[in-house]
Amino acid sequence: MEVELTNLSKKFGDVVGVEALDLDIRDGEFVAFLGPSGCGKTTTLLMLAGIYRPTTGTIRFGDRIVNQLQPRDRNIGMVFQSYALYPHMTVFGNIAYPLKLKKVPRQEQQRRVEAAAETMGIAHLLDRRPGQLSGGQQQRVALGRALVKEPDILLFDEPLSNLDARLRLTMRGEIRSLQKRLGITAIYVTHDQVEALTMADRIAVMNLGRLQAFATPDDLYERPPTKFIAGFVGNPPMNFLEIEFAQENGAMQLRSESLELGLPPEFAAAAAAADGAVTFGIRPEDISLDDYGPVSGEVFVVEPLGRDDLLDIIVGTEHFLLLADPKRKSRAGDRVRLSFDMTRAHFFDPRSELALSWK
Amino acid sequence: MTAYGFMAPAGLLVLLFFFLPVLIVLYLSLTNLASANFTSNLAEMEFIGLRNFQTLLNDQFAKKIFFNTIFYVLSTLALFNVTAALIVSLLTAHINRRAGFIFRALWILPRITTSTVYILIWRRMMAEAPFGIINQVNTALGWPTWNYGSENPWVFVILVNGFIGISFGMIIFTSAIESIPKDLMNASLVDGSSYLQRIRHVTLPLLRWPLLFVVTYQSLSLLTSFEQILLLTDGGPGLYRTEVWALTAFHRALSNYFGNTQWGYGSAFAVVLVIIGVVLAVVYMRVFRFDELVAEPRIEVL
Ligand SMILES: Nc1ncnc2c1ncn2[C@@H]1O[C@H](COP(=O)(O)OP(=O)(O)O)[C@@H](O)[C@H]1O
Ligand SMILES: [Mg+2]
Repeated sequence: MEVELTNLSKKFGDVVGVEALDLDIRDGEFVAFLGPSGCGKTTTLLMLAGIYRPTTGTIRFGDRIVNQLQPRDRNIGMVFQSYALYPHMTVFGNIAYPLKLKKVPRQEQQRRVEAAAETMGIAHLLDRRPGQLSGGQQQRVALGRALVKEPDILLFDEPLSNLDARLRLTMRGEIRSLQKRLGITAIYVTHDQVEALTMADRIAVMNLGRLQAFATPDDLYERPPTKFIAGFVGNPPMNFLEIEFAQENGAMQLRSESLELGLPPEFAAAAAAADGAVTFGIRPEDISLDDYGPVSGEVFVVEPLGRDDLLDIIVGTEHFLLLADPKRKSRAGDRVRLSFDMTRAHFFDPRSELALSWK
Repeated sequence: MTAYGFMAPAGLLVLLFFFLPVLIVLYLSLTNLASANFTSNLAEMEFIGLRNFQTLLNDQFAKKIFFNTIFYVLSTLALFNVTAALIVSLLTAHINRRAGFIFRALWILPRITTSTVYILIWRRMMAEAPFGIINQVNTALGWPTWNYGSENPWVFVILVNGFIGISFGMIIFTSAIESIPKDLMNASLVDGSSYLQRIRHVTLPLLRWPLLFVVTYQSLSLLTSFEQILLLTDGGPGLYRTEVWALTAFHRALSNYFGNTQWGYGSAFAVVLVIIGVVLAVVYMRVFRFDELVAEPRIEVL
């Protein structure tokens, strides 16, 4: 089912939940809503579900405008962060509930609940009550309940946030492959960029109630359209620095108080035309420790991440994050030299924070 | 030792204001103390064993009063303290929060109005034509007028107490409804329920404990309440038409019509009430398993 949101807003009195959201979601697509807490993800989802009535704008499912439809007439399945299982019903009762409301005959209820439980790997738990299940099992029940009525659209509101890291990893893969197999359009709310990047076909990045970008994970990572996205997507986050450009011996240079870097030719023309300060961004993986590098600095903090060491390096008055091989056994206080892969540099207008697409 | 220390203040209060009075009443119920034989010398009071209880059993009106009490408690409880309270809570939970709050606040008025004032209002309402407000409305609409006080005293006794009783259940139920997680309520709608179906399948089952609590607490408190009836009908009209047990205890012991206050005999009525109350409390605790209600929650194992 295609989903189209047009100029969708929700205000709670003076508080803006979501503002002028436009979004086109293709049939069978897995879309993640990514953004920090309070940016309006849940509000958007609840409008899609029919719990909240939009203040302005329209919601279209397929070729039907559903603004006026009650939740039960929208044929959606929803999974909540808190699982939201009915504590007084058994697992069977929970999964069968949507079917019971649809007046599906008993035998078919039985068959479909068992099938859904089988898919979710919880067939042996049907007699239990939610209180007797682990968090992971509860989330599987919730997923089974959302799937059993064969919805046109699946909505997820941070479904994995309450699970431990390991389980999160498994569930991520399971939800993704299940969605692909069933071909149901899915909208998945998360504040965890790794979830969004690994699961989604496209990611809608939101901030302060507004859509910041809607693009594939690759696009967002490689060509972040705003400074907010550049900083939000990617872990560890991109390094930012206020710089100016200068001409030296016919070559363009990037300058700040603490460092000078040569600029590759593809940026030169645009940089020459730029006037005043620009925000320079570079990802940690594009900076490397290099004994012959042009910039010198001092290791400030070492944070071992296992596969890599995350180094916080001071250059003059600036801090840079970068990843280093643990075999180097970096220690705080080490003098190091750095080289920057400037072909991977990003530039942003410091006022509008929009990317300057100079390449 | 510390545990007893903590319990001591409450224990002392219970001792002073429940056990001690019960013991005194129990003792009085075994005597013939009455204004007729009361002199300045308390030693003249006679210990007469269970004779008061014998009299009570043979009292031709005791049976009527007993069934009056059951009728009064059950109807007020069923119609108002539970059902109406539940309806008010559910209604106000489904409308605008502010409007709901104001509406609920209105329902608290009967409870916080001084009972004499509250009853005066009702007596004004139900008074005979041409004075009574209801009868004035009847007249204006061209309907027949009624002498409500003598024709339908029970209706008004139950209304008067029910209107007070609603607020207790209303507060308990409303807070219980508000504490149901929002996600759960939303999940039910998404799963395909209407608002009514959600009330039936989700809200009401989750109100089980508050419901049992209100039934228990309110039936015990209705059993012992009498001041509204005292002020409204004083147990009348006629002989014991709306007299309830607690009111009889009061009448016999403290305010006899014939000027003969029988402290001993009245105490016997009070003792019976205490026994019924204790028995009911124990039964409720067993049937509704209150120990489970107050048990520690099982730790959530993720
Ligand atoms: N029912 C509500 N009443 C008032 N304000 C709300 C309500 N729901 C959400 N908001 C506000 O709208 C904004 C977006 O909230 P929400 O959609 O829950 O954010 P997210 O799910 O992205 O963390 C927040 O500022 C929040 O305080
Ligand atoms: Mg949220």
